[in-house]
Amino acid sequence: MSDTPLNRAASATPPSVARKIRGLSDRAIAWIFVGPTIFLLLAINIFPLIWTINLSFTNFRANRPNREVEYVGLRNYERILNDSDIWLNMQATAHFLFWTIFFQVLIGFTLAYLINKKFKGNDLWTTIIVLPMMLSPAVVGNFWKFLYQPQIGLFNYIVAFFTGKEPSSFEMLGSVDLAPWSIVIVDTWMWTPFVMLICLAGLRSIPDYIYEAAEVDRASKLRQFFTITIPMILPFLMLAVLFRGIENFKMFDLVVQLTGRGPGSTTELTSINLKREAFEKWRTGYASAYAIILFVTVFGLASIYVKALNKVKER
Amino acid sequence: MKTFKLASASAIALAAASFAGSAQAEELTLCWAAWDPANALVELSKEFEAQSGHTMSFEFIPWPNFADRMLNELNSGGKLCDLLIGDSQWIGGGAENGHYVKLNDFFDAEGISMSDFADATVYAYSTWPKGSENYYALPAMGDANGWFYRKDWFARDDIRAAFLEATGRELGEPQTQKEMLEIAQFFQGREIDGQTVYGAAIFTERGSEGITMGVTSALYPWGFKYENTPGSYDMEGAVNSAEAVEALEFYKEFYETATPPGYTNSYMGESLDAFKSGQVAMAMNWFAFFPGLYADPNTGGDKIDFFVNPPQNQAGSTLGGQGISVVAYSDKQDAALEYIKWFAQPDVQQKWWDLGGYSAHKAVLESPDFVDSAPFAGDFLEAMGAVQDFWQEPAYAELLLAMQKRIHDYVVADQGTAQEALDKLIEDWTETFEDEGKL
Repeated sequence: MSDTPLNRAASATPPSVARKIRGLSDRAIAWIFVGPTIFLLLAINIFPLIWTINLSFTNFRANRPNREVEYVGLRNYERILNDSDIWLNMQATAHFLFWTIFFQVLIGFTLAYLINKKFKGNDLWTTIIVLPMMLSPAVVGNFWKFLYQPQIGLFNYIVAFFTGKEPSSFEMLGSVDLAPWSIVIVDTWMWTPFVMLICLAGLRSIPDYIYEAAEVDRASKLRQFFTITIPMILPFLMLAVLFRGIENFKMFDLVVQLTGRGPGSTTELTSINLKREAFEKWRTGYASAYAIILFVTVFGLASIYVKALNKVKER
Repeated sequence: MKTFKLASASAIALAAASFAGSAQAEELTLCWAAWDPANALVELSKEFEAQSGHTMSFEFIPWPNFADRMLNELNSGGKLCDLLIGDSQWIGGGAENGHYVKLNDFFDAEGISMSDFADATVYAYSTWPKGSENYYALPAMGDANGWFYRKDWFARDDIRAAFLEATGRELGEPQTQKEMLEIAQFFQGREIDGQTVYGAAIFTERGSEGITMGVTSALYPWGFKYENTPGSYDMEGAVNSAEAVEALEFYKEFYETATPPGYTNSYMGESLDAFKSGQVAMAMNWFAFFPGLYADPNTGGDKIDFFVNPPQNQAGSTLGGQGISVVAYSDKQDAALEYIKWFAQPDVQQKWWDLGGYSAHKAVLESPDFVDSAPFAGDFLEAMGAVQDFWQEPAYAELLLAMQKRIHDYVVADQGTAQEALDKLIEDWTETFEDEGKL
């Protein structure tokens, strides 16, 4: 028997234990290893999910444990799907998701493309660009609130400098038209570096010889970009979209800090509304139904998207 | 031997005494909002510590998170707080959900009479159901929404002359809501000492209770009612009456024409900041802040004065303030009750007022010196004579959030009409009361 760590461990195993293990099938040993994980998964994920589904058909309120719980059938689901305010929250969420992902991918990819070139101070610029994503969303929300302040805010002065408008003539956080864009701008500022890093990893994974072969074939830079760079980086871009989509669907802290979900309900995203229903109004049954609807929506969309991502990877 | 026996007896007696002391002395935690009066209460409570042997610790939560944090604490049966100075609107939930200890037997045993406290405060802070004689709190801090203004600006000849020319009347404390708007509009965008100033700071906050507390300061003077008949939950024609619609339109006009730019999500802190930075001529805020404002070295003293929320169709002020309750989940209820007994004494209540707290004890309020004891004392008395409070139902949080949304959507986000906002509010509240089984 060679002196490997495995053999040493085997010989160090007490005979009684070894006998017991030898008596178990491979399948049983496999269950012993995966059992705790499955148990935890059931306890932490599956059971709460089933419990939430159960609660979604009731009028349960977590702040009234002594109140009789009644099954109300599909009433919670009907109320949610017929509530025009919730559809407005959905629209606000869709607006936020679409435009943040659009700008982050566009700017993130452009930055990655530029940073990927070799130039002096490359590392320094990379560090500076990724700084925003290292900050706490609460901190970012607070200081952008000052930047957006109509009388003293730097943002308004910069816009005024370029447009000739009075700095206090527009309110980024107070205007119904501008507030949705104000949160898009801040989220883009904060998370574009994340997309840039993923794109950078993608760009650096493209072997140089492919470009060299294209040079030999006299392919133009533009042609190389569209036929080599874009197709090879697409899986990375799609991954970035998936990550940012999931993150932004549950966006809460940044928006609450920035706009307090206003003006009116203009920036009340679904996650904010859900938290309000569950933990401020304490409509637990109703909020459970709301959570299930959101879960099914995200799960459905993510499944379709992951399938598309796998197809792109296979190409 | 005799000496040994004596020493032993002394040691045993000393040990017994110290044991007895440590068995009785408790560390009580009092929970409240983090604001000026809380600091005064810390100072006041030192006397209780010295007298009782108990030690006091305090958990003060910033206002925007106060309700959220404390209601979660109560709902989860938490033992963080032995004593809670909770908002008046929590009394229904506190009583019905068993969070607060009912104090009737304790009051009877200790000879504490609720008739010693101002009637409006007993009704608002202590009783549930409303108007009954079931007491769940002792009135701790009387409060209402009032106004303060730049007395030095109002006294300047150039400004007075400009105001007279613009409006045809003398500049002074407003006697009606509409006069107040006129004054605020006069100051809006005016240059004073080379600085652009604005009319007034009002409440527009969306997340907790801000805009509701602000708008009710207009609704109540117009004659707003929550129900046609108290206790009936019959809201149609009361909540959305013609007067209520007019008051809501008035508040929107106030927000649009007489507040600083970017004033879209502002509550107590922002109102104080706007005033102290010399940005506004007037501001609304709770009387609780007035001692601190008067003491401010830059904008207090001779530069400030105070007035009660002006009437329109009738007098009306939004009620603030809180009662002090014993939390039912506390293991130290006896010591907590001792604190309430101590706090209810007239001399302690007088010190409470002297330190900057707003006593609700008649011995303080009806004292001949009271009105002259502070520049805002008379206004406080006047305000407390015409206060109205929000729903105090167990479902108060749900009712409040609905109003926050409907009012902010209309006033700040400019969506729909005042009539639509109030109609939708009735729909929301009806749904809540149906869920509660009250409709």
